[in-house]
Amino acid sequence: MKKEIGVVFIFLSITALLAGSFFGCISAFQFVFPGFFDLLPFFKNRPIHVSFTVSWIFLSAIGGIYYYLPKYCGLPLFSRKMAVVHIWMFIITGFLIISSYLFGKFGGREYWEFPPILAIPIFVSWVIFTFNFFKTVLKKVGQWPVYMWMWSTGVCFFLMTFTESYLWVLPHFRNNIILELTVQWKAGGSLVGSWNMLVYGTALFVMERIKGDQSLSRSNLAFWMYLLGLTNLMFGWAHHIYNVPTAPWIRYLSYVISMSELLILSKIIWNWRKSLEQAKKDFYFLPFRFLVASDIWIFLNIVLAILISIPAVNAYTHGTHITVAHSMGSAIGINTMILLASVLFIITDVTKFEFAGTQKTIIRIGFWLTNISLLVFLTFLVIAGAEKGKLIVENKLVFQEIMQQIDPYLVSFAWSGLFIFIGLLMTTIPPLLAIIQYLKKKD
Amino acid sequence: MSTNSMSTGLKRFFFWSLFILFVIDAYFVYTSGTENDPSQSFLTEGAKNGKLLFQEHNCISCHQLYGLGGYMGPDLTNVMSAPGKGEIYVKTLIQNGTQRMPNLHLPESDVKALTEYLNYVDKTGISPVRNFEINLDGTITQKDVR
Repeated sequence: MKKEIGVVFIFLSITALLAGSFFGCISAFQFVFPGFFDLLPFFKNRPIHVSFTVSWIFLSAIGGIYYYLPKYCGLPLFSRKMAVVHIWMFIITGFLIISSYLFGKFGGREYWEFPPILAIPIFVSWVIFTFNFFKTVLKKVGQWPVYMWMWSTGVCFFLMTFTESYLWVLPHFRNNIILELTVQWKAGGSLVGSWNMLVYGTALFVMERIKGDQSLSRSNLAFWMYLLGLTNLMFGWAHHIYNVPTAPWIRYLSYVISMSELLILSKIIWNWRKSLEQAKKDFYFLPFRFLVASDIWIFLNIVLAILISIPAVNAYTHGTHITVAHSMGSAIGINTMILLASVLFIITDVTKFEFAGTQKTIIRIGFWLTNISLLVFLTFLVIAGAEKGKLIVENKLVFQEIMQQIDPYLVSFAWSGLFIFIGLLMTTIPPLLAIIQYLKKKD
Repeated sequence: MSTNSMSTGLKRFFFWSLFILFVIDAYFVYTSGTENDPSQSFLTEGAKNGKLLFQEHNCISCHQLYGLGGYMGPDLTNVMSAPGKGEIYVKTLIQNGTQRMPNLHLPESDVKALTEYLNYVDKTGISPVRNFEINLDGTITQKDVR
């Protein structure tokens, strides 16, 4: 493993993305066709899908940071050995987690469904990463670009919120479901915010490199937008638990903070107005194309997030497929598009390899197939969720009756998921082959 | 485009101010915001054990509590008191499974613990919320509360 350590992370991240979307497809079909692929039942399959998907996000974001710091920020890694230990711990823990699911050993916490003992190596590997990261970036203090603030925040807050999400092992938290659910979703909401910081920092970095415009990440406005995002990370999580009987101020605080996302929305629209012509010119460049797509998904997801943060709307949408649309839209539309831009940027940079005409065509078709299928996928989830909410609140129907009525939408959702997988395959196979060739080369 | 006139010291000040507010918020969330659970008397030893079993069998992958969890099966928050449901219904489903739900072949003691846990959850609140009034500011007033 003498090659760029960041590239090894990127290689693993692409395999995790493909595995995550493959198991996601199986889960979706199991959801609508009970009995489908019973060898791996839904309650085992779903956590496998989630774990691979979360791994894709972390591996690609971390791989980017390991690659960009020495190569472009003039900050050689404090310790390459620590990065190697980090990746081996990631691989071994990942193997243990998937094995635990296959053998039916669970911790039963949504998204971290593995036995709690496996949280220890994750925590330790992140401490190693945190130490290595700060020993590297603190060599150069002063006017940091915003992406450096974002990466630093993401690294620290992951450690904090991941620890917080395990407070349930203490009886004080475990034996009060109101406290426990609240802390779980407080930690979970902020934890997603922490990986978003890593991802959005990456987006800003790549955009700065593509445009060659350093002011993008050094302006006061960029810093204010970062602070706004951080405020939402810290206080905007309670829309997950509006119907949990906590003190009302928890809901009101979150509601008010969530509405500040309207400012982010305005900023996106303002940017589009200014940069549409330039975007048309740069669209041929593959990483830029993925960043443009992520911008559109950010816009749509913020609209959805703002809507479901209004308690009166949330009463209809909570616990419906609209929540799934929100999380899938963020994971695929925003995070995956940004991280694919970063992955393509790194691969073309490190291999000095310009994709051939056919490969470019395959990636472009994959790009459009993924995005169009995602639009169909999310549309059916939103329709299914809206219908479910109406049937619960207004028609007071029970679960089985509701599922019968929304089944056609869910079948369409499952099929469009398959097309997302095919699109991702087409997008990632050429870069994956390029990276394998690079890793095979002797130093 | 705004200029980069803000000093690093000022940026740090904003960051740390937010962080201190975050810590204060966490303190109140952990204490006065959530500590009042009037249903504690229903949290028997069996219910505590049932909670761990609920996690060990990854029930949350398919079911929800307070609308949080998977979508394969129904929300179980009030399954013990819902019309036509209740303890016998729950025990029968756990012991036999359905087309969508596997039969986990649990011993009688585990089934009892799980129902005790669901009974405790049922006493803590209501989900999904069906009866509410919408206020002008976009908040809601729940009509039926435990």
